[in-house]
Amino acid sequence: MTLTLTLRTAPTVPLEADVLSPDRLSGVSALEAAKLTVVHGNQRADLGEFFQVGGAADGELHLTGDLAQVKQIGTGMARGRIVVHGSVGMHLGAGMTGGEIVVEGDAGDWVGPEMSGGRIVVKGNAGHMLGSARRGSQIGVRGGEIVVFGNAGNEVGNGMRRGLIAIGGDAGDFAGVNMLAGTIVVLGRLAWRAGAGMRRGSIISMHPAELLPTFSYACDYAPEFLRVCLRHVRGLGLTIADSHVNGRYQRWCGDGIELNRGEVLILDSAGTASRS
Amino acid sequence: MLVRGVLIEDTFAEAFTMRVARLVITGGTPRWAREAGLKLTGFATSVIGCKCEAGIERELSETETPDGRPGVSVLFLTMDKESLPQQLISRIGQTVLTCPTTACFDGLPDGPDRLPVGKALRVFGDGFQGSKVIGGKRYWRVPVMEGEFLVEETFGMQKGVGGGNFLILARDADAALAAAEAAVDAMANHPGVVLPFPGGVVRSGSKVGSKRYKKMVATTNDAFCPTLRALTESQLPEGVNSVLEIVLDGTDAPAIAAAMRLGIDAACRPGVQAITAGNYGGKLGPHHFHLRRIMGGESQAA
Repeated sequence: MTLTLTLRTAPTVPLEADVLSPDRLSGVSALEAAKLTVVHGNQRADLGEFFQVGGAADGELHLTGDLAQVKQIGTGMARGRIVVHGSVGMHLGAGMTGGEIVVEGDAGDWVGPEMSGGRIVVKGNAGHMLGSARRGSQIGVRGGEIVVFGNAGNEVGNGMRRGLIAIGGDAGDFAGVNMLAGTIVVLGRLAWRAGAGMRRGSIISMHPAELLPTFSYACDYAPEFLRVCLRHVRGLGLTIADSHVNGRYQRWCGDGIELNRGEVLILDSAGTASRS
Repeated sequence: MLVRGVLIEDTFAEAFTMRVARLVITGGTPRWAREAGLKLTGFATSVIGCKCEAGIERELSETETPDGRPGVSVLFLTMDKESLPQQLISRIGQTVLTCPTTACFDGLPDGPDRLPVGKALRVFGDGFQGSKVIGGKRYWRVPVMEGEFLVEETFGMQKGVGGGNFLILARDADAALAAAEAAVDAMANHPGVVLPFPGGVVRSGSKVGSKRYKKMVATTNDAFCPTLRALTESQLPEGVNSVLEIVLDGTDAPAIAAAMRLGIDAACRPGVQAITAGNYGGKLGPHHFHLRRIMGGESQAA
């Protein structure tokens, strides 16, 4: 039996609910869970003031309602599963190391900041700073996977060190900014200044992209690893056409102002990349 | 026991515990996957002279490989843990890395030991190589003149079985060869089994040591050489003028036993007088494949 929490009182200001994690709720009864502390604005409150709690914790957590004002769900999560039947607020899965979070709706800014393992799946859109480093930090995502079926905002994968971010729709400006390694797949369109300051890592685009002048064209080829990667992404639920898997890609190396070991791969049939 | 008039002798094949790895090699076309597999498993018939034994297990369709391309799976065996990674690194580096369009993946993801094969091969990239972690596995991208060579960082290793065998005793060389070919065809693509010798067949079965040359670790199995019938303690029944051997290596004893059953059954054809097997009295190898038990339907080696 899973622990179910249904929003009954919508918070008027952001509600910090880092207790909503399978780790924190392990072995906790519904009654005990309702008495756990959350922070509503600058006031402490009981979780039960906002959620109707039922069932029993068995490693899986089901949250229902419009949780766009609920922050920090799944913080530090190491195992188990959270399913959100609705949308969620900022800092979803912050620093998570394992387990899975599935959001049926949209997610706010800062999904999976500095996560190092596990998987976050957002069926709708995600805000800015998806899978990014926190402000002042050099290193972002260190591992794990983030899948967004819709669009994502600016600075996807800022400072990303390892792992996979796959976006079914478009990505905003500065995708992969300051990226250290890892892989970002964008099935929609890449906005401006993708890969700015990247040292290593891969940004893959299925559409033409306007790259910074500090990126240099290398060749057209069919990267073997991309076949494995895209088939994996397909297994995660995103729609990957055979033409994506079998296609040829332009390889652009950058960022020239950094180590220049990063790459932007652009599906060749999408047309010639251009520099801004 | 008779199978279609062929005597199945009451004896057993004696096999050894080895270390095995399974490689999945893919290519742009089946041809290039096969080319790499053939080169990789070349000169890998017997640990006596080659230090390893290997063979193509079966061809793989696009739906069976990590990258969705056609491929082959290869089993690779050595006698000890230490030499398997050495053999894999040198052979993959010379035969798969060099082969157009190919990539090399681990086929034993649950193998208890992990061999850092790709991790060693990556240095061919001279610092330009890069890695990717996809689905929890790390791959190395090694830049080559054609484009990139992709190899998984580690390969699984587990205990396997080497030296399963049976001998086809026939009235002449043509009948022995036809029976051997039928046996190999019947065992082709059997999961978990490879036949490391040319075409799966051995004409020069050996015995341990030498009667004359002290330094030789293996010499001709004179007891089964028809030309020596009058000169040695022959084990050949009257009327047998040619013997061929099938050697089987595999991931486990049940797989070898199952393949032996198919192969022996196929080999029981006109011109074949008996099927027997090679052993050392049961004192050396822990795996004993009793021919009559296998042909009676028992899958487990004794």
